[in-house]
Amino acid sequence: MTRRSETLLALAGAVLVLGLAYAVPWLRFVLTIALAKGLAVLGILLLLRAGQVSFGHALYLALAAYTVAFGAVVVPEALLLLPAAAFLAGVVGLLIGLFVVRYREIFFGMLNLALSMVFYSVLEKFYSLTHGADGIRLPPVTFLGRPLAGEAGEWTVLGMALVLALACGALVRVALASPLGEALAGIKTRETRLDFMGVSPKRVLLAAYVASAVMAGFAGAIIALTTRHVTPALSYWTTSGELVFIAILGGAGSVIGPFLGAAAYELTRVYAAATFANAWQMVLGLVLLGVIVFAPGGIWGMIASRRRAA
Amino acid sequence: MAGTGRAGMLTRREALVGAGAAGASLMLPGGSAWAQGAAKPAELKVGIATYLSGPASVFGVPGRQTAEMLFDEINAAGGIAGIKVRPIFVDEGPGVDHVVGEYRRLVQSEGVHLIFAAISSADCIACAPLADELKRPTLLWDCGTQRIFEDNRYNYAFRTQANATPEILAALLYLLKAKPDFKSIAVINQDYAWGRDSWDIFRTAMNTLKPGVKVSAELFPRFGATDFSTEITRVLALRPDVVLSTSWGGDLDALIRQASDRKLFERSTFVMPLAESSLQRVGKALPAGHIVGARGDHWFLHPSPADPERLKRFSDNYRAKYNAWPIYPCFHMAQAVSAMKVGIEKAVAAKGGGWPTDAELAAAFKGLEFPSPTASVRIREDGQGLENQLIGTTLHTDKYPFPVLTDMIVFPAESVTTPVGQKSADWLKTLTPEMVAKLPQAQAFK
Repeated sequence: MTRRSETLLALAGAVLVLGLAYAVPWLRFVLTIALAKGLAVLGILLLLRAGQVSFGHALYLALAAYTVAFGAVVVPEALLLLPAAAFLAGVVGLLIGLFVVRYREIFFGMLNLALSMVFYSVLEKFYSLTHGADGIRLPPVTFLGRPLAGEAGEWTVLGMALVLALACGALVRVALASPLGEALAGIKTRETRLDFMGVSPKRVLLAAYVASAVMAGFAGAIIALTTRHVTPALSYWTTSGELVFIAILGGAGSVIGPFLGAAAYELTRVYAAATFANAWQMVLGLVLLGVIVFAPGGIWGMIASRRRAA
Repeated sequence: MAGTGRAGMLTRREALVGAGAAGASLMLPGGSAWAQGAAKPAELKVGIATYLSGPASVFGVPGRQTAEMLFDEINAAGGIAGIKVRPIFVDEGPGVDHVVGEYRRLVQSEGVHLIFAAISSADCIACAPLADELKRPTLLWDCGTQRIFEDNRYNYAFRTQANATPEILAALLYLLKAKPDFKSIAVINQDYAWGRDSWDIFRTAMNTLKPGVKVSAELFPRFGATDFSTEITRVLALRPDVVLSTSWGGDLDALIRQASDRKLFERSTFVMPLAESSLQRVGKALPAGHIVGARGDHWFLHPSPADPERLKRFSDNYRAKYNAWPIYPCFHMAQAVSAMKVGIEKAVAAKGGGWPTDAELAAAFKGLEFPSPTASVRIREDGQGLENQLIGTTLHTDKYPFPVLTDMIVFPAESVTTPVGQKSADWLKTLTPEMVAKLPQAQAFK
C-alpha cells in the first residue's frame, strides 16, 4: 500500500477512535487500552519482521506500569512519568537485549518468557513494597499541573495514547523501509547473508529489541494511567501471549495491523464478555481460529488482499 | 507495496464504510439506558462482578447462582419498592483492567443502578474509587482485604460483610480457647496477597495474645499448586502443634487430601479459616477435631440463627436448586442482596415514596442494618460491614457425607473488628489476653 493511503487510513482511524470515544463514553477506556496494547504490539511487529517472537514483552509493560505507580508518589506529573517509564523500559531492554539477541526462535521466545516470569515473581514476593497480587493504586496524577481525573483526564490519556500511536507508527513505518528494516527481514530469511555484507545481525536485532521495549514501556505507562491500578498480572505470561495473539490477529503486514488487531481484540472481548459472560473465552478463541484459518495475514492481510483484488 | 491511487481510494472507502457500520452496531447495545435521577426506573439493573472463570470460580459460580435464586425470589414477591430487579454478571477472571473496563461499561452503557463488586481484593481496591468517580452506589460483596476502608474513605462504596482482620482473628481466638497451650505453629498458605496478608494478621495477633509461640515453618507453595508433598514432609518432620492454612479452592482440597493420606492430621491440629467452602468437596478425608472457619457466621447448620426459618428456607432452596449446601460466598451474596433491598426501601421511604438519586441511595447505605440469613449486619460510618464470625471444630456424623462443625463459637462482630479510624496492624497489637476469657460459650452440633 502506498505511503499516502496508509497515512490517510491511519488518520481516518484516529478520527474514528475519537468519534467513537465521543459517541460511546464507556468505550473511551476500552479504546485507550486498545491503543496502548497496539503500541506494545508495534514493538512485537518489529521483532516479527526478524522472525523472532517474544513471549515476554509483558515484562516491559509491567515495568513501566510499576514505574508510573511508584514514580507518581514522588513526581505526580504524567508528562514526566510517561517518558521516564519508557526510558527505564528501554534501559532494561538494552541490558536484557544484550544477551537475548544471541538466541533465536524458540530460545529467544522462552528466554523472554522466563525473564518476564522472574519479574512477576519479584512483584509477588516483595510483598511489603508491591502489595503482591492486590497491586498498587496510583496516587492522583497531574497533567501540566492540572489534576488528571474525571472525564477530562480520560480524554487526556486517550489523546496521549493516540499521539504516541501515530508517532510510533510513523517511526516504525520509516524504520521498516530503511536499511535497518531490510536487515531485520534479512535475519528472518538468512542471517549469514547479513554477516557476509558486514552487517551485525545482533546489533540490528538489539536496536529493534530496545525500540520494542520502549514502545511496550509507553504502553505500560498508558495502561497504568488509564486503569489507575497496577497488579503483577501485567507481567504474567498470558499478557505476553495476548500481545502475540493481537499481532497475529492484526497481521504483520503494516504498522496499522497492530492497532487494528488491538481494537478488534479489545472490542471482541468486551462485547463477547457482555453478551456471553460465561463463554466469552470461547468466542475469542473462535475468532482467532477463524483468522488463522481464513485470513492468515490477519485483519490487515484481509484489507490488503481486497485492495489487490480491486 | 506498489498500488494505484484508485485502488487506494477503494480500500479507504470500504474501510470507512465497514468501520462506520461497526461503529453504529457498537452503539446499539448502549443506547440511552442510563436515564438516572429521580425518575422511577422501569427495571432495577444490578451489575455483579464475580469469577465465572479461573480457580476462584469455586466461589464465583455459587455466588452467581445465589444471586439468580434471590433475584428471582424478589421478583416473584413483586420486586423492590415495586420495581423488578435484573442482575447483569461480569467475569472477574481476566484481571483488573478487564473488570475496570466492565465497571465503566455497566455504568455508562448498561446504566446499572447498583454494582456488586467483587471477589478479588485487587478488583475491589480498583473499583471503590471508581464508585466515587462515577457516582454509582457499589457494594463490595466478597473481597477480603482490610486496606480498602482503612486507607481511604468513599461515599459510594460499602462493604456488606467483614474483612480479613475479624475473619483471621476469630480463628486465632478460637484456637487460643480450644488449645491454649500450643507451643509451635507452621503455616502453609498460597503464595499471593491473601496468603501473605492473612498470615501477617494471624502472626501479629498471636504475638500480642500469646507471645513466645515458635513458628516452625512458613511455607508458601505456589498459588494453584496441586502437589504438597514437600510441605507435608517438612511439617511431618517438624511436628508443630498447630498448622495454619488460609488456602482455599483446589489448593486447599489438594492439601487436605494429601495431608490426610499421610496422617498429618493425626500429628497436628489444623486451623483453616476458609475450609467451610471445601467441606462438601473433600468429604470425610478431613478428620474430626480440626478448626474450620467460614469468613463470617456462615454455616447452613448455624446453632443460633436470628431467624431459623429464614436460614432454613435459604439453605433448603439453594440445596433444592443446585444440589449442594450453600457455602460462604452464597451467604455473602445473600447479604449484598439483602443490603440492596433494605437500602433501597430505606431511601425510597426517606423520599416519601419517590425514587432516590444516586447520592441519596448511597447515603442510605451508611449506618444501614440489614438481615443476613443467620443474623444481621450493620454498615459502619466508614463503609465497613460489621459481621459476626463463626468458627467450629470438625465432627463426623452419619447425617451428612462430609464433616460438620461442632463446638461452634459465634464471635460478636464488634469484639473482633478493628474500630473505625484505626489500622488493623496497630489495633491487633493492643489486644489483651483477657479477650480470650470473655469469649462466648461454644455450642455443640445438634
